[in-house]
Amino acid sequence: MRIRAITLRILRQFIHDKRTMALMFIAPLLVLSLMSLVFNSNAYKPNIGVSGAAAVFSPALEAQDAAVTSFTTTEQGEAALRDSSIDAFVTVEGNAPSVILEGSNPAATRAAMQVLREAVLQLQPAASVTGLIQPSVSYMYGAEDMTTIDRFGPIMIGVFVFFFVFLIAGVSFLRERTTGTLERLLSTPLKRWEIVLGYVGGFGIFTVVQALLISWFSVHMLGIMMAGSFGYVLLITLLLAITALTLGTLLSAFAGNELQMIQFIPLVIVPQIFLSGLFPLDTLPLWLQRTGLATPIYYGAQALMDIMIRGKGWSSIALDAYVLVGFSLLFMVLNVLALRKHRRM
Amino acid sequence: MNQEQPVISVTRVSRAFGSKTVLKDISLQVNRAETFGLLGPSGSGKTTLVKLLTGIDEVSSGEVQVMGVRMPKLTMLQQIGYMAQSDALYTELSAKENLEFFAALYGLRGGNRTRRIGDVMELVNLQEHLRKRVDQYSGGMKRRLSLAIALLHEPPLLILDEPTVGIDPLLRQSIWKELRSLNNQGTTIVLTTHVMDEAEKCDRLGMIRDGKLLAADTPAGLMQATGSATIEEAFVTYGGGRK
Ligand SMILES: Nc1ncnc2c1ncn2[C@@H]1O[C@H](COP(=O)(O)OP(=O)(O)OP(=O)(O)O)[C@@H](O)[C@H]1O
Ligand SMILES: [Mg+2]
Repeated sequence: MRIRAITLRILRQFIHDKRTMALMFIAPLLVLSLMSLVFNSNAYKPNIGVSGAAAVFSPALEAQDAAVTSFTTTEQGEAALRDSSIDAFVTVEGNAPSVILEGSNPAATRAAMQVLREAVLQLQPAASVTGLIQPSVSYMYGAEDMTTIDRFGPIMIGVFVFFFVFLIAGVSFLRERTTGTLERLLSTPLKRWEIVLGYVGGFGIFTVVQALLISWFSVHMLGIMMAGSFGYVLLITLLLAITALTLGTLLSAFAGNELQMIQFIPLVIVPQIFLSGLFPLDTLPLWLQRTGLATPIYYGAQALMDIMIRGKGWSSIALDAYVLVGFSLLFMVLNVLALRKHRRM
Repeated sequence: MNQEQPVISVTRVSRAFGSKTVLKDISLQVNRAETFGLLGPSGSGKTTLVKLLTGIDEVSSGEVQVMGVRMPKLTMLQQIGYMAQSDALYTELSAKENLEFFAALYGLRGGNRTRRIGDVMELVNLQEHLRKRVDQYSGGMKRRLSLAIALLHEPPLLILDEPTVGIDPLLRQSIWKELRSLNNQGTTIVLTTHVMDEAEKCDRLGMIRDGKLLAADTPAGLMQATGSATIEEAFVTYGGGRK
């Protein structure tokens, strides 16, 4: 009854605070859309300069959609490279083709190398005649047309849910303390754990709606790969949100005002994003990889990738889910203990 | 409950924050159905004492009993209506939503809840502003709403920290009349103030200065003991006598 009262109050506060609602619902969709545009955009078309005998490559390069510019002298080509109007310049010295790359943009360099390799292969058909067997390629997970956003999507869903819930729950609990309503609550027969559960209830309901919206938008509007079950995605985001909520309210005890709450973002959120699997972790020093195992977003991201990309079921995500439940319970208990500072009973 | 037993009994209470002792060796009693005023200058320790009575805070030494139960005790909180010095309201919610929330915390439900909300809002003369958001309330309106919330669950003990600050004289008078009628129904009231004419209206008065209780008696008794014509004079005499 008292827990329900707090839950209801939090929902009402959300409904009255249109801006925060917009932040929680619209902002993730906006950023996800932007990411999908950036990562999904059509492959970069390199601009390649040729001169002299290298002109033989032109048809093969153009066949791959690359723009080809012919130069009469090597100097002209090099000048064009210097002012970055072409990405690569091909000449033929003696028998071997020679390539100079502009080189300041890795994406452009990679694209230029790709088309040049293809062009060289096409001009040496002899190699395939000698019986170079084409390997047959198939995919265990993902698909040939899987793009970067398909990989980032599940992680970003987890990151967004965690980030917004952490911040907003932390700030609302902080306000409760600084405006004196927490003290007022503690002068009623409310038990400390009822406050914590009331918060979990209010934000829990809110997050289910948020997670539904983000997941639906990602899968149906942005076309992010979704191999597994929608229900599992909701479950994991909900668990992640409860972890974020309880961590946020816990850390708000160490913040004196809203700005100090925001200062937790580079300390608590950003490192978690880096260790979440967004970037390959294998190259990191071992101690840093281990640190990742202590961050909630890591488990949320692993589980979401298992569900959305690899289409796996409960048995694969169970461990991640249990770890998130464990984090939530731990933070809840710590919250109840932290409230002792305000009222001992 | 035994009529003779005091509702509040404070015995040799001290409260220290770190090395700073804010309340020193305070003993006092509040009887059933009386209005007990705590009078003292800013920073004298009124709020600190009041928080000990409500059980939010704990004594460093000594003992506080409410209705014979040693505080702090969670179950006693249902018996107390507390109005804090700062308005602890959810400003983004309407007055009605605030009242409904606190009513639910005290276990009021259904028709009873609706009836009580109507009653207390009428008492503080805010019935027309029930659906207004609290951030559109004036300072005095917020104060009245805080008072309404403290009265909501009809507690036998009311603890009010500066209840009439920012409330106009006319309304202040009508609120005092209400507090009086609550007294008549058996409600015990403890309130803090630094307004002298308000202090005179209390049945008994405790004078606090620098964390010490200088005296506790009826206003007339205090004036008589010091041979002064007003409470203000009596207060000054007690304060000076201490030096
Ligand atoms: N949590 C705390 N930590 C340290 N000192 C405190 C704390 N709370 C109160 N004090 C100190 O205790 C003293 C008494 O404060 P209190 O709030 O009880 O005064 P008051 O009589 O209610 O004053 P006012 O009339 O201005 O409300 C003040 O000197 C204050 O600085
Ligand atoms: Mg005070």
